[in-house]
Amino acid sequence: MAGPTISVTLKVWRQDGPEAKGYFETHEAKDISTSMSVLEMLDVVNLRLQKEGKEPIAFESNCREGICGSCGAAVNGQPHGPKRATTLCQLYMRHFNEGDLLVIEPFRASAFPVIKDLVVDRSAFDRIIQAGGYVTVKTGQASDANAILVPKDVSDRAFRSAACIGCGACAASCPNASASLFAAAKVAQLALLPQGSVERTSRAREMVKQMDAEGFGSCSKHYECQEACPKEIKVENIAVMNREYLRSLLLDRD
Amino acid sequence: MLDGKVPEGPLSEKWIRHKFEMKLVSPANKPTFNLIVVGTGLAGASAAASLSELGYRVKVFCLGDSPRRAHSIGAQGGINSAKNYPNDGDSVLRLFYDTVKGGDFRAREANVHRLAEVSGNIIDQCVAQGVPFTREYGGHLDNRSFGGAQVSRTFYANAQTGQQLLLGAYGALMKEIKVGNVQMHTRREMLDLIVADQRAVGIVCRNLVTGALETHLADAVILATGGYGNAYYLSTNSVLSNATAAWRAHKRGAFFANPCFTQIHPTCIPIHGDSQSKLTLMSESLRNDGRIWVPRKKGDTRLPHEIPESERNYYLEERYPSFGNLVPRDVASRAAKRVCDEGFGVNGGDAVYLDLLGPIARDGIAALEDKYDNLFEMYQRITDEDPRQTPMRIYPAVHYTMGGLWVDYNLMSNLPGLYVIGEANFSDHGANRLGASALMQGLADGYFILPYTIGDFLARQGRAKVSDDHPAVTDAQRETRERLDKLMSLRGKKTVSELHRELGQVLWDHCGMSRDAKGLQTALEKIPAIREDFWKNANVVGRPDTFNQVLERAGRVADFIELAELMCIDASNRNESCGSHFRVEYQTPDNEAQRDDEQYAYVAAWEYKGVGVQPALHKEPLAFERVGLAQRSYK
Repeated sequence: MAGPTISVTLKVWRQDGPEAKGYFETHEAKDISTSMSVLEMLDVVNLRLQKEGKEPIAFESNCREGICGSCGAAVNGQPHGPKRATTLCQLYMRHFNEGDLLVIEPFRASAFPVIKDLVVDRSAFDRIIQAGGYVTVKTGQASDANAILVPKDVSDRAFRSAACIGCGACAASCPNASASLFAAAKVAQLALLPQGSVERTSRAREMVKQMDAEGFGSCSKHYECQEACPKEIKVENIAVMNREYLRSLLLDRD
Repeated sequence: MLDGKVPEGPLSEKWIRHKFEMKLVSPANKPTFNLIVVGTGLAGASAAASLSELGYRVKVFCLGDSPRRAHSIGAQGGINSAKNYPNDGDSVLRLFYDTVKGGDFRAREANVHRLAEVSGNIIDQCVAQGVPFTREYGGHLDNRSFGGAQVSRTFYANAQTGQQLLLGAYGALMKEIKVGNVQMHTRREMLDLIVADQRAVGIVCRNLVTGALETHLADAVILATGGYGNAYYLSTNSVLSNATAAWRAHKRGAFFANPCFTQIHPTCIPIHGDSQSKLTLMSESLRNDGRIWVPRKKGDTRLPHEIPESERNYYLEERYPSFGNLVPRDVASRAAKRVCDEGFGVNGGDAVYLDLLGPIARDGIAALEDKYDNLFEMYQRITDEDPRQTPMRIYPAVHYTMGGLWVDYNLMSNLPGLYVIGEANFSDHGANRLGASALMQGLADGYFILPYTIGDFLARQGRAKVSDDHPAVTDAQRETRERLDKLMSLRGKKTVSELHRELGQVLWDHCGMSRDAKGLQTALEKIPAIREDFWKNANVVGRPDTFNQVLERAGRVADFIELAELMCIDASNRNESCGSHFRVEYQTPDNEAQRDDEQYAYVAAWEYKGVGVQPALHKEPLAFERVGLAQRSYK
């Protein structure tokens, strides 16, 4: 289809497996339509590699509309690339210029080991949620939905925290590789809502404990996470988590 | 004649009676049963969590790195429930009626009624989990309208309802993993179903990181693996969505029902380039405020703001005055196709306007963004046009599949022990699904239906008692290995993606928004040729014993090719139009779908007979006791 095109140079991280040594490989992406996303540009490069009998660049994606949290790579040092509030699948080539160099590498954090090329293992995030990132309610136990009233502004704030897609950009952008923003978004969502209040004390404590156990660093307020977050989750969430954590220490009778 | 096992009694008492008549597994015995759940979208995650809460031992499998990546997460607009909070006359009966009518009388009445009955519990459950639904200033839950209904029964969390509901179910699943009752297996792809002594007893799956084949045995297998819209290559489905698990179950004997019922969603961002990997939906909820129009003049190339009101054709409002822009999806899609085919599309092409400028001028942009959240921004990112300044351009795209594996009233397939839930089954939406009903059905199946019905089967049949060396197990392992080897041996000139695209084009052209006997015949000649081409000329690079996305994709495309053939066979068999299935030969004088209830008031359930061999048709007759069969009208 007609439309403006550009050509860019890619320096892409290749790594055959978790134990293998990684390296950068250079590829030319020629005549790329500016209406393509970065992932679609990688699709085009991959088709060419396959035609040449070479292994395509492994990268993850699923919904390709910014909501599933599967995709993610650092472009020129920034998780999800240079545009704010944007996942990699929503980053379009129109934001780049003819002749640009794109250095593409996996999300870096010791708790995110590389599986292959740009694919990393983010299962640590699931384990943080398992530690308490939910309301313990069984199917069938609920009362009528309108029996729990939540002021609209509180509900809206909880929604903004709940919008986290679990992509890992926060940890990848943090100099300490801290997962604080991820954990805090869930802690804050549930701390704000009456449904979450019963387990407030244990939730923050257990999630923070798990975060440490996974090898994520602590927050030392660089706030890079907030810049990198494609869903614009705010660092205020971390303040809420710290408060909840302190509260749990004060109330912990065990 | 296929028996849907619908319980006796009046419609509104069937589920109540059935719940009482089903056998129970005692709390002490539940932990002796092992269950497998494949897929972790709304249906799979809610089922796995609920079954584990009951005490069953559950193994869960998903493709992604986390259960939360399932495509349910992409659902935008909302979830229906007959709560009647707005006091506008809704009821279980009305939700039931709208859904049966919306499905153009091709759904099983008893299932739909049960769905409407449990719809209220779903909202209660999700709120209790902390799902942040959008609320009114008084703190109560807000509702909006969706297509095919004249009441506001849709609950929503801005334009991220699917995400929030899935994270609720995912939280419940994480809770049960923590308890230790659920064993989670991420990055696994089910490649075969094990059927031993006429009972589904396990799966063979591939570890997508190491390439290792793994066998898991259980007392029942639950598929919650979603729809097959990606057979068309371009759809609103996520790129990993596939039909492989369902198709392998089909090849092991599970009937595939109504495969030609595929929903083409009216409001998607039009195709903009050759290398596009997927299509993006603009939520149906926008039709609450948005007005759909095209220029009255053919091939009008003026910009939308240059076209005066008198020269705009608000074709849905004109044609369907009582439902207007909120007609069901099949009706809206066909109307868009018709005006574009006649040359009235934007710039004479395949697009119509979805215009929100009126409401923006009236209520202010802040009010609209509050309602529709990120949709404006999403549109702008993709198209580089600002829908706050100029109307959105939209066109129909493949979105959802009403067809799927056949299940009886208990959600069990014809293979004992194989349950199918959510989009993967065929049961509740007939020939057209209403907006905001997919989330409702997925969660109804998982939270409130399957956990009851599976107990009856387990109580009656007991444990499966199949050992690792049963021939059915070793055969499935060997056949899976051979198939992977065969795929790995393909060293042709075509990429899997090219072949997939060819298939998609054939399906879209001949088994898309409108079909006819001749076109379907053409498709049935082309698809086997693509299949042969695939097994001769596809190119699968890399190694089998490692993370290999080309191999994964190749297996899925091979299955889509076989499924596509069945879709076209089904579409040619059904010599009527109903809902999404519009055969141009069968239309009313004013171009609406013309059903043939004498001949086709049945579910077409197909039995696999071999690759390229005509499948056997089994019919489940549909009886309508409560809703009188009528020509659907939204005028």
